[in-house]
Amino acid sequence: MSSESLSLDGRASQRPSVAVRRASPLAQQRRRQAWLLVLPAMLMLVVIAGWPLLRTVWFSLTSAQLSDLTQHPFVGLDNYIGENGVLRDGEWWHAVGNTLIFAVISVSLETVLGLGVALLLNTPSRVRSLLRAAVLVPWAIPTIVSAKIWSWMLNDQYGVINAILLHLGVIDHPLAFIADPDLAFPTIILVDVWKTTPFMALLMLAALQMVPSDCYEAARLDGVPRWRVFRHITLPLILPGVLVAMVFRMLDALRVFDLIYVMTSNSRLTKSMSIYVREQLVDFQQVGFGSASAIVLFLLISTFTIAYMVFTRRRMQGV
Amino acid sequence: MKKLTLGTLLYYVLVSIVLVACLFPFLYTIGSSLKRGNELFATSLWPAHPSLSNYATLFHDQPFGAYLLNSVLVSGGAVVLSLLVSVLAAYALGRVSFRGRGVLMMCILGVSMFPQVAILSGLFELVRWLGLYDRLGALVLTDLIFTLPFTIWVLVTFMRELPKELEEAALMDGVGVFTLIFRIFMPLLLPALAATSLLAFIGAWNEFLFALTFTISPEQRTVPVAMSMIAGASSFELPWGTIMAASVIVTVPLILLVLACQRQIVSGLTAGAVKG
Repeated sequence: MSSESLSLDGRASQRPSVAVRRASPLAQQRRRQAWLLVLPAMLMLVVIAGWPLLRTVWFSLTSAQLSDLTQHPFVGLDNYIGENGVLRDGEWWHAVGNTLIFAVISVSLETVLGLGVALLLNTPSRVRSLLRAAVLVPWAIPTIVSAKIWSWMLNDQYGVINAILLHLGVIDHPLAFIADPDLAFPTIILVDVWKTTPFMALLMLAALQMVPSDCYEAARLDGVPRWRVFRHITLPLILPGVLVAMVFRMLDALRVFDLIYVMTSNSRLTKSMSIYVREQLVDFQQVGFGSASAIVLFLLISTFTIAYMVFTRRRMQGV
Repeated sequence: MKKLTLGTLLYYVLVSIVLVACLFPFLYTIGSSLKRGNELFATSLWPAHPSLSNYATLFHDQPFGAYLLNSVLVSGGAVVLSLLVSVLAAYALGRVSFRGRGVLMMCILGVSMFPQVAILSGLFELVRWLGLYDRLGALVLTDLIFTLPFTIWVLVTFMRELPKELEEAALMDGVGVFTLIFRIFMPLLLPALAATSLLAFIGAWNEFLFALTFTISPEQRTVPVAMSMIAGASSFELPWGTIMAASVIVTVPLILLVLACQRQIVSGLTAGAVKG
């Protein structure tokens, strides 16, 4: 089947000049070969991502239980909009809210701090390579490990952060960073910012290095102050790169799981969408309901992605 | 001249802040892991009498060596499988212009950005059906969901940069496509392959959700899951010394690898994101 559609494709794309098509059977053979080379990878992705996604959609319309996935009575949209459907569950919307707050705040902080670090990394100096190596350290530390390290440093009794803050007189009694309901969320954001700012910084450094140096040269000769150079030359030029980095991080932050799972377990206060879904699926064994929430999560993230793609396309056409 | 020194001063102050913020937590972890007994609860950076007792406890009280091996097997397996398939796909996607290429690239990017938890129940069924539940194979298979799109995407950008003349000359000589990919391109791509596999390896090494969901017996645990489960006599007294020792062991090899190939890593990361 595939070879047939291939030759059709080949012909269609070559229509403007029939002579060229006849002249290069080699090119046609090359195209056929290309499909064969892509095939194994595509098959794998279909099996491990496409098919499970379809099955999840199907499960979301049933009342399946984890213990026996072969028995699954069809219940229509009950899991979504039924009396106990996910869209009517306050807990779910609470988790959605948590995830959005987490994603927006941490990505904004990471962007600002990342840009700062990128500017430092882009300044020629003797310590630049040391700085770059140091910045790679938090990034290389696994999320679970950084969650544990920070849980220890922020420990309410023996934590070094409390000791330092007490010593400096910033606080007069040790803070329970993780147990205190007001502090748990900011603490999780802090750890995420610590771990992921380097990644943002490296991406933005790449964008900064693509700015042609004659731009700076000309501005310097004209005696334009540095911050205005940054505001009017650097920033507009690196903005597309920064936006791509932000979207990547945003998609990552919207599926946050391990950091929150390890730091505060399934405390209601800090529950994210992913934690909610897994809890329903695995801990409560409700595959039907869990799948419905998984699909809602999937649709939310897809909407975000599509909105972004439409937005950037408009902007590019507008410019 | 005075203004210049002020700027330089500011630069060095900021650099020092970043250095401390990046390095202090890990140095403190190393220090804590070397503390014994009550010394752990004093907040000094470095113990007066460094001891390896936490490391001994870590390997003595639980099969931490086996967990490490599990993690190496899973991550290694996922990376080798991804590379094998993605080199072929990346050649086709990067160097042959055929119809549907753009769509395929968008699909690959889509899968790599996809929230993995969204397909958890479908994967659960697949894993059970393949008889892989509670086996390391389940993790190799599921980790491919993110390692495969990532390696394809990055290798495509590297493939595009190879000189066209080389390929034309080879095709002129009637060389087959596999010889072209594995004999001619592969040696040129080695640094890129090293960086790509390292990044994919790190991704799989850190994977937590699937490892937590698809394995249940202690023998099949990977390091992240094992670390999240290290517990003390009661839930209120976690063995922090042991946890810090585990953190050091899990992280040091990664940091060394990352620092050894930092140049390629930075280019691999940016190829995976910015140019996309």
